[in-house]
Amino acid sequence: MGDTLTILGLESSCDDTAAAVVRHCVGESPAILSSVVAGQNDLHAAYGGVVPEIAARAHAEKMDVCVEQALRDADVALGDVDAIAVTAGPGLIGGVLSGVMCAKGLAAGSGLPLIGVNHLAGHALTPRLTDGLTFPYLMLLVSGGHCQFLLVSSADEFTRLGGTIDDAPGEAFDKTARILGLAQPGGPIVEREALNGDEKRFRLPRPLLDRAGCDMSFSGLKTAVLRARDALVAEKGGITVQDRADLCAGFQGSVRDVLAEKSRRALREYMALNPASPAFAVAGGVAANQAIRGALETVSAEFGAQFVAPPLALCTDNAAMIAWAGIERYRAGHADDMSLSARPRWPLDTSSPSMLGSGKKGAKA
Amino acid sequence: MSANTVPLPFSCTLRSEEETAKLAQRLAPALGAGDVLLLQGPIGAGKTHFARSLIQFLMARDGHVEDVPSPTFTLVQTYDAGALEIWHSDLYRLTHPDEVTELGLEDAFETALCLIEWPDRLGELVPETALTLTFSQGDTDDARQLTLSATDPRWADRLTPLLAEASYD
Repeated sequence: MGDTLTILGLESSCDDTAAAVVRHCVGESPAILSSVVAGQNDLHAAYGGVVPEIAARAHAEKMDVCVEQALRDADVALGDVDAIAVTAGPGLIGGVLSGVMCAKGLAAGSGLPLIGVNHLAGHALTPRLTDGLTFPYLMLLVSGGHCQFLLVSSADEFTRLGGTIDDAPGEAFDKTARILGLAQPGGPIVEREALNGDEKRFRLPRPLLDRAGCDMSFSGLKTAVLRARDALVAEKGGITVQDRADLCAGFQGSVRDVLAEKSRRALREYMALNPASPAFAVAGGVAANQAIRGALETVSAEFGAQFVAPPLALCTDNAAMIAWAGIERYRAGHADDMSLSARPRWPLDTSSPSMLGSGKKGAKA
Repeated sequence: MSANTVPLPFSCTLRSEEETAKLAQRLAPALGAGDVLLLQGPIGAGKTHFARSLIQFLMARDGHVEDVPSPTFTLVQTYDAGALEIWHSDLYRLTHPDEVTELGLEDAFETALCLIEWPDRLGELVPETALTLTFSQGDTDDARQLTLSATDPRWADRLTPLLAEASYD
């Protein structure tokens, strides 16, 4: 293995199909030579609420085109590539399978090594691609249906400090928009509405703040918005533009407060490890919300941790993060063979207890 | 059908999230592979809470503690409770019944316990043997009204011992 690695990455585990080429020379910053996303090439896709691409066949057809374009954009031939990295899960089985099959085909045809990558590891390692963070760092990963705090100790050591026990924040934004008759995706629209709203008018809950730990819940918040809307409708037959703005502001304020306080707790756990260069990375649509981002930056500063939010295009589904995770894994000596299989379920951290609460409820019954 | 069979549709009031969870746990032992539960009702009516309670109960019975995230974004989340495979699906984002086939749901209807939110997206693919649970807001903030219904008469017999218990709880 030389000092310079060039890896082709393939991603098709969710709504999008993507391919990218990333090159890294030891001691230098990695370079994204190309990053192609077919289909819903929309920066707001992280909020969900878009029509999913679930047909394996459609992924497979797009994947060929994406790979060709990624190689062309990077101005490299397949023979110039050192290995092929592919998302092997978690995700929708049809999409993951078509990516894995395509990668196996390319590997078999070219004789290149094959590297299976966990989609979530791709997200979690992105701050090293974009900002060169050193291990260990704290990560708030908010992507699509995910929301979790991860302690990232190495390219394959992730400790989950907590996460949502029901909806992800992006989903709560979408559902709040649905409840208030706003368009999808809800994230940017609710944020825009909230700018004109009074967040103190409606007293919405801050779920799980009273409970120890870093677990979060956003489902009840959505129900509280629904209840407040229904109360207004019962009272005066409808809601005004101002009511809607106030509800959006109240909702966003709750999400902000919950994320900020849970981040504070996660940072406290993380800082107890005495990291040499403390850093808190936030990846996902949530970091694009200015109110939430501002609150998280403030909390990070309280602990003297560097705040990092990779560009949104690298936080939504993309293949550059998969190529980068492939580089990290390959350097660590990992490679797969033709037995690589698609794993629809693939938790990053199988050692930490998954959650407080309902699980225990079940065991008691 | 015996004289003591609880007739479907069967309606009850669930006064809190805990009562919803208890009902899910009470139904759980009667459910297995090949059963399809259609969870209907507007946003915030408690569909996912019911599904989560049921899945976590079945997982716990098998010694596992597991997160049950909302399937709205991923469309399908699958779980293994021992030999029983569970599919939890939210079809809200689907636009055509053909996509149901792409998801592999039709096969799962035969081989797994399927909990389906927003089942109207199934169109004609709704299994005739499904049990429908319709959730709506109750008369207090925390209360929910639940109605169980089915076209397959076998559900009434299967559910009777469980629901009879619920009625004098």
